[in-house]
Amino acid sequence: MTTQSVTQKSGGSGSDPRIGVYVCHCGLNIAQSVNCRQVAENAAAADGVILSKDIPYACSEPGQHQIKQDILDNRLNRVVIASCSPRLHEPTFKQMVQSVGLNPYMMEMANLREQCSWVHMNDVDNATRKAETLVDMAIARARHLEPLTEDILPLTKKTLVIGGGIAGIQAALDLADCGYDVTLVEKQPSIGGIMARLDKTFPTMDCSI
Amino acid sequence: MTDVGRHPRIKLLTLSEVVDVKGYVGNFDIKIIKRAKFVDESACTSCGECAMVCPVVRPDEFNIGLASRRAIYSPFPQAVPSSYLINIKECLGHNPAVCSKCVDVCDKKCINFHMSDEEIALRVGTIIVATGLKPYDPTELDEYGYTRFENVLTSLEFERLVNAGGPSRGELVRPTDMGHPKSVGFIQCVGSRSSRKGGRYCSNTCCMNTIKSTLVLKEHYPDMDVKVFYIDIRAFGKGFEELYARSRRLGVQFIRGLPGSVEETADKGLRVAVENSAHATLEFHELDMLVLAQGMQPAPSTQRLQEMMGLQLTPDGFYLEAHPKLQPVDAATRGVFYAGCAEGPKDIKESVTQASAAAVRAIRLMHKGEITTEPITAEVIAENCTSCGICAQVCPYNAITVEKKNKQPASVNSAACAGCGTCAAECLFDAISMNHYTDQQILGQVDAMLETAPESKIVVFACNWCSYAGADYAGVSRLQYPANAHLVRVMCSGRVDEKFIWDGLRRGAPVVLVSGCHIGDCHYINANHWTEKRVTRIRKKMSKMGIRSERLQLEWISAAEGIRFANKMEEMEKIRRTVSREEIEETIELLRNI
Ligand SMILES: Cc1cc2nc3c(=O)[nH]c(=O)nc-3n(C[C@H](O)[C@H](O)[C@H](O)COP(=O)(O)OP(=O)(O)OC[C@H]3O[C@@H](n4cnc5c(N)ncnc54)[C@H](O)[C@@H]3O)c2cc1C
Ligand code: SF4
Ligand code: SF4
Ligand code: SF4
Repeated sequence: MTTQSVTQKSGGSGSDPRIGVYVCHCGLNIAQSVNCRQVAENAAAADGVILSKDIPYACSEPGQHQIKQDILDNRLNRVVIASCSPRLHEPTFKQMVQSVGLNPYMMEMANLREQCSWVHMNDVDNATRKAETLVDMAIARARHLEPLTEDILPLTKKTLVIGGGIAGIQAALDLADCGYDVTLVEKQPSIGGIMARLDKTFPTMDCSI
Repeated sequence: MTDVGRHPRIKLLTLSEVVDVKGYVGNFDIKIIKRAKFVDESACTSCGECAMVCPVVRPDEFNIGLASRRAIYSPFPQAVPSSYLINIKECLGHNPAVCSKCVDVCDKKCINFHMSDEEIALRVGTIIVATGLKPYDPTELDEYGYTRFENVLTSLEFERLVNAGGPSRGELVRPTDMGHPKSVGFIQCVGSRSSRKGGRYCSNTCCMNTIKSTLVLKEHYPDMDVKVFYIDIRAFGKGFEELYARSRRLGVQFIRGLPGSVEETADKGLRVAVENSAHATLEFHELDMLVLAQGMQPAPSTQRLQEMMGLQLTPDGFYLEAHPKLQPVDAATRGVFYAGCAEGPKDIKESVTQASAAAVRAIRLMHKGEITTEPITAEVIAENCTSCGICAQVCPYNAITVEKKNKQPASVNSAACAGCGTCAAECLFDAISMNHYTDQQILGQVDAMLETAPESKIVVFACNWCSYAGADYAGVSRLQYPANAHLVRVMCSGRVDEKFIWDGLRRGAPVVLVSGCHIGDCHYINANHWTEKRVTRIRKKMSKMGIRSERLQLEWISAAEGIRFANKMEEMEKIRRTVSREEIEETIELLRNI
């Protein structure tokens, strides 16, 4: 059992973290049970955070525009978006930061909607406290984010189809008609599979091949 | 079929089998053995002169032995390729003294006894597995007398007999006397839906195939007595119920109950004993011919190919898709797709639909001509690696190679790595770093969560695909649960390292939950097996140390189980309440030095 002590050093981008935090209201979806302003103010005090704001709709056109402008004006190198589930808008925000030159893997989300405001609806105090913690966690993670790049490898535009029954035949024809080279491998001396042995077939009751 | 033979972009290799698959999505290296046919495929015009002089007569497999062929033969009249071939084991030999009759009559000189098997190597970007089915062989079901009585046939044999191109030119005849049967019975679910013999599953097409056969019979022989013995009739597809109704209207009798025994009568007829469960009576039926509606089994090569490509099988032995609902034609191995009965019993329409889907999935992957790999992959820190080999052993994708003998550090094939993080969690030497889910990043989150009032918190590790999605679903459903539950997202529960748990407990966490996809549903093949083993191991260690193992929980929660997630949070809160400050202090003390 080994443990790493977590030291707060800068991420892999070579410079100290300069984090922007955005606490989204999602209209009233988040704001009705979380005090978003308070969460944003709390986050402003964290290490490495350059600016922290609450924002009506982070994903909207004006919302994204504001965040992008902030990144440029403040030379932010990491962004935390506290909003809905990353399973929904992670691609949106990744694209957003990328469009102003930030590596998409330098963006982190805190799930304040599906996993906080919607599940603690009548408990503003506790929901707000939890939101603060979730944002702190996201900031802690953001400090250690490193830029990553997708690898692009060459690909062979050919397909191997194993089995020459009706399924293999159909797949091979569709691919070949779309311009892909296909090798169709059949164990028997002829293709056709079971269907070649049938005369009439349901449901049409006509002949098979 | 002929379109395939003609298509300029399709290379057709028959009498061939794949013997090796290496590489990964985008670039698979394939080895194929093409067996010798001893006839030049491209030159043969299928004139058939050769077969006329061949003295060797053998049962014809295409007609399931109901007709005969020669040692040199064409598989069947519409075969593609249509070329003749020699079964060399049956051939008398090319010594002119012995035979060689075919060589003499072939004008085109296509026959060559010196042909040998050919090994073909090729590289492809994607693979479609369409190996189909094996019809169930009813030999083991002795009560139906398939091997004892000649007039008991399988449905495939029956198909050949009523086929206009078949051995009897479509005339239904009894094998014993070549006469027309006056009564025919069908027994359903032969080799299906049985815990005793064959498969437990429904073979999906045999009900409709039998109904089709009854209609064919009634059309040709309106006075024939046709009976079907069944458990229930599954006519669920489009237009199916209509055919079933027509069959009943034409006088086909449907008798609910599977026969207990079949006996042969003096005139080679068959006496069937059946408990009719609709009337609760024991009945006897005398029939001239009996057809066994054989079920479907996985193709014989299924397991070999599965091992070759690292695929998964269902308990029934068919290929398992990446997701039964949302990725029905994808294999868990990227770049491999399924079509037809290889994936499970189905009819022609469904096989064709699936085949087109598989083709499009393959095109979707290939059309850019390049492949981007997610950067969320494992990276080896060579100086820490002891070449122990554990990582290679746990990786569900065989993405890691370790040369234990020459003490070479582990190396990860980043194109094959799917990013589950199991290797990083299992490595005892911190020699693997998981991109985007590093120890530092995850521990940073845990520590931030527990920085204030740790005793009030519930620490939850949730996998991206199932349990984190399940938590989201609880949110979408507005299910309310305690506000002290905090989730740490990982791609797979397999990533949850032992040290994350100790770190949480050491920082004062009262309870910790590890959650992931149900066993069998893991997005990373079977990485959650390792999660389960690991959690069991940690709980044992906790008990040994005097820490209540109950404080570490493991739960499988699917993306659809919002309720299960919310309930689990309530349960965690209950357990948390039993953990006192003193107990937490004691745990921190116990863990101080590890
Ligand atoms: C008696 C009977 C009657 C039926 N009647 C009907 C009907 O009326 N209507 C209907 O819709 N459906 C019917 N079906 C179902 C239908 O036959 C299947 O849906 C269809 O054949 C499935 O096609 P497939 O290509 O998946 O498999 P198959 O037809 O089994 O073809 C698989 C092919 O792959 C080859 N192969 C296997 N392993 C390898 C390997 N390792 N390497 C290379 N090649 C390999 C096989 O030789 C075969 O040619 C019937 C089935 C049976 C058994
Ligand atoms: S399709 Fe009908 S005969 Fe075939 S296994 Fe299912 S229920 Fe039995
Ligand atoms: S488990 Fe760790 S130490 Fe062992 S071979 Fe893999 S990377 Fe090296
Ligand atoms: S992260 Fe998972 S898939 Fe990748 S090398 Fe490690 S164990 Fe294999």
